[in-house]
Amino acid sequence: MIHEHLEIISRETIAKDTVEMTFKGKMAQENILPGQFLHLLVGEGSNHMLRRPISIAGVDKQKSTITIIFKLLGEGTNTLAKAEPGDQLDALGPCGQGYPVDELQMEHALLVGGGIGVPPLYYLAQRLYEKGIQVTMVAGFQNKEQVFYEEAFRSLGDYYLATDDGSAGEKGFVTDIINKEAFHFDQFFTCGPTGMLKAVSTQLANEEGFISIEQRMGCGIGACFACVVPAPDSESGYKKICKDGPVFRSKEVVLA
Amino acid sequence: MNLNVNLPGLDMKNPILPASGCFGFGKEYAELYDLNLLGAITIKAATGSARYGNATPRVAETTAGMLNAIGLQNPGVDQIVEKELPFLAGFDTPIIANVAGSTVEEYVEVARKISKHPVIKAIELNISCPNVKEGGVQFGTDPELAKMVTAAVKEVSNVPVYVKLSPNVTDITVIARAVEEGGADGLSLINTLTGMQINLAGRKPLLANKIGGLSGPAVKPVAIRMVYQIRQMTSLPIIGMGGVTTAEDVLEFLLAGASAVAVGTANFQHPFVCPEIIQNLPDVLSKYGFTSVEDAIGKGHEHADSNLSRA
Repeated sequence: MIHEHLEIISRETIAKDTVEMTFKGKMAQENILPGQFLHLLVGEGSNHMLRRPISIAGVDKQKSTITIIFKLLGEGTNTLAKAEPGDQLDALGPCGQGYPVDELQMEHALLVGGGIGVPPLYYLAQRLYEKGIQVTMVAGFQNKEQVFYEEAFRSLGDYYLATDDGSAGEKGFVTDIINKEAFHFDQFFTCGPTGMLKAVSTQLANEEGFISIEQRMGCGIGACFACVVPAPDSESGYKKICKDGPVFRSKEVVLA
Repeated sequence: MNLNVNLPGLDMKNPILPASGCFGFGKEYAELYDLNLLGAITIKAATGSARYGNATPRVAETTAGMLNAIGLQNPGVDQIVEKELPFLAGFDTPIIANVAGSTVEEYVEVARKISKHPVIKAIELNISCPNVKEGGVQFGTDPELAKMVTAAVKEVSNVPVYVKLSPNVTDITVIARAVEEGGADGLSLINTLTGMQINLAGRKPLLANKIGGLSGPAVKPVAIRMVYQIRQMTSLPIIGMGGVTTAEDVLEFLLAGASAVAVGTANFQHPFVCPEIIQNLPDVLSKYGFTSVEDAIGKGHEHADSNLSRA
């Protein structure tokens, strides 16, 4: 993890209230794993005392760029979105533990993402595709206006889409698609709202896989104990989401 | 410039220390900078046995501040002594142990055990955590209990005892007086102010614990006022804290009467804030006409009409 002022080189609205931002910086040369995040300072002065953890959606080592995607959810993310190309953002990163892509032996990966949990899975899909692993992506969004990266995912493997209201893809949830398609895979990887993570990890309880947890954070480096999750089999009984996670083996932690 | 300050048990190279709960047991920040730069370090609260703490979410941002309700999560005093303190022995920086509990017996047990470790140079007696239902804060809001727990801990502690005061009282000077009578070697203030944030879409408090402790720049004027008030009624050394983000803020606390100044929430915004403040402090002191840290302590009381009773 390093501390760097990253220069914004592009900013684009890619879906409703959804911003894609690309930075240039030395940080891109770090060994960044899918699932790791940037801890970004918001605005100036004392208005925003807490950084915002935002997962990494892409890395281009040759161009030395890092891409994130975030949703406008409140004052903090609104302020972040106002930063323009040429501006610099104060970033800590890459933070946390990502999906261990280099250590896993497999032929077929099932990726399941919901809403703003989709971006880290895009970087994961890229890394798995480069390794010759077959990727199946199941994405869930509220409605058509929220959908992003559909074509990008399709270029890396099979892609299934569900929306709550049926305005794009199948009407229903990612779990409905998993039920219907009965995929064969070696490992699953899921990221999204807690409700979805619980549903997916319950549905796939007999499979091996990883979940990535979203939580409000304080320090982002493991010192403040703001973001913890019970881990009954560990020595301490808990894991720190920012430092030990946000990626965990699905059976390692108990979602609240 | 001479930044040294000497407080009971604490021989500090400068007056800056991270506040308890914002710095864990030092390991994470040690990966970012040399902890020897710090005047002292206050480690996370220790209780008698391990505590998991509250449900999440445990933090929420507020205007110029934040709410937290961690709930004193810690591995318990024995584990802290065995697993956390040895790492801190490698630094030439005095360590202050924050001691919490639900009963007088628990405070006494934790203080006795942790103060025996050679790395611990002082205790910060936490009678002011607002986030734990069964303990802590009642000792900080009732003068008789505050005095009693201070005296009991003083009796068993091998090191000086600083009592950390709650701002969530009608008159903080009453509690300060009580713990002074109980034998406190110093005071530490302020802990967080209780607050709440309600999520509009969810129509319920954002924190799982509903109520949390407010910290950050938003509380600084309250902290300055309380340090100033207490400086007028006692000569006990004060570790001041509440919303410090800059060397200017540090000077303000020194003027109010603090002898050392802790930095809490700002560590989350800027993880390098403590060494940055230490670096900037000499220039700020010079700019306002001081030649050392000692020189500035309490100087906010030397104006013509400093007596608060006339305010």
